[in-house]
Amino acid sequence: MAISTDQLIKTIQDGLPLCPRPYAQIAEQLEATEQEVIDAIADLVEDEVIKRLGVVVKHKKLGYVANAMVVWNVDDSIVHEIGDKLAAEPAVTLCYQRPRRLPHWPYNLFTMIHGKERQVVFGELQEIRQRLKLDCDFDVLFSSKCFKQRGARYF
Amino acid sequence: MKSELSDTVVDLTDLEKLVINSLQGSFPVCAHPFAVAAAELDLDEATLIATIEDLQTRGIITRFGPLFDIQKAGGDFCLCAISTPVDQWESTAEHLNAMPEVAHNYLRNHQYNLWFVLATEKEEQIWSTIKQIEQDTGYPVLALPKEQEYFIGLHLEV
Repeated sequence: MAISTDQLIKTIQDGLPLCPRPYAQIAEQLEATEQEVIDAIADLVEDEVIKRLGVVVKHKKLGYVANAMVVWNVDDSIVHEIGDKLAAEPAVTLCYQRPRRLPHWPYNLFTMIHGKERQVVFGELQEIRQRLKLDCDFDVLFSSKCFKQRGARYF
Repeated sequence: MKSELSDTVVDLTDLEKLVINSLQGSFPVCAHPFAVAAAELDLDEATLIATIEDLQTRGIITRFGPLFDIQKAGGDFCLCAISTPVDQWESTAEHLNAMPEVAHNYLRNHQYNLWFVLATEKEEQIWSTIKQIEQDTGYPVLALPKEQEYFIGLHLEV
C-alpha cells in the first residue's frame, strides 16, 4: 500500500514518537508497514522536503538571547554577490533577499545572527562590515520576546 | 502556548548538550533509530529516549522530529511585519498567535515591532491570510516573501 505524503507529513509534523521503534508506531497509525514508512520518510529526506530530522531547539532557552535580524539596503546590481558573501560568514545563520516596500521599508537583504550577548553580535556585525567593505544602510532588529515558535504546519 | 512565553535560560547537563549538539541535523531512518543514534554517542537507547523526553517536557526543545521545507512540499512561507502603537502590541500578538497560519511571532525593537512568519499549504492562502489580518487588526501588513535564499543551516552549539 502506498503511503500518502500528506498523511505522513500530518502524522509526523508534531514530532516522532519517542519509543524504540517510532516508525513502526507511525506505520500502525497509517495502516502501513514499518518498512513503507521508513522508505517514505527516507524519500522526503532525499528530496529535501524534510530539511532536518532531530531536535528542534528553543533558542532563548539555550542562552541565545541576542537574536538579531540585520537588514541591509544593498544595491540591486550587487545583491547576489553580497548575499553569497554574507552567507559565508560564520556568524550569519540565515541570509535571504526580500522585496523592498518603499517608502516604508528600504531593505532588501536579511541576515540572522544568533548570539549569547548583544555586544558580541554587534562586534561580529562590525567586523563583517569592515571585512566586506559594506557601507550601505543597515538596521539591527533584536527580538525582545518570542511568542510562538514552531515548524510549518499542515492543517 | 504559555510555556513558550517564558524565556528563562536553562542550565544543561553534559549529556543534554551532547544530545542537542549531535541530533540537530540528521536522525537515522531505520527500524531502531534511537538505538543506532545512541550507539554513535556511546549511550544506550533508553537513556537517549529519556533525555529527549525530558528536554521536551521542560520546553527546551519544541519537538523531536522533522523540519520541513514547506515550499518543496507545495506550501508557502511569508515573513510579515506590523507596526502597532506601543500599547497595542500585546493584543495584536495574541490575535496573531491564535491563528494556525502563524508559525513564528516575535516582538522586535523597531517601528515595525511585530514580526511573524505565515506558513500555508498553498501560496494564495498567504495573501488571503494577510488580508484577513489587515481586516482583523486594522494595521497594514508588510509582506516580505523570500526572493532568494543564500544560506540555510542553523546549528546552535550549546
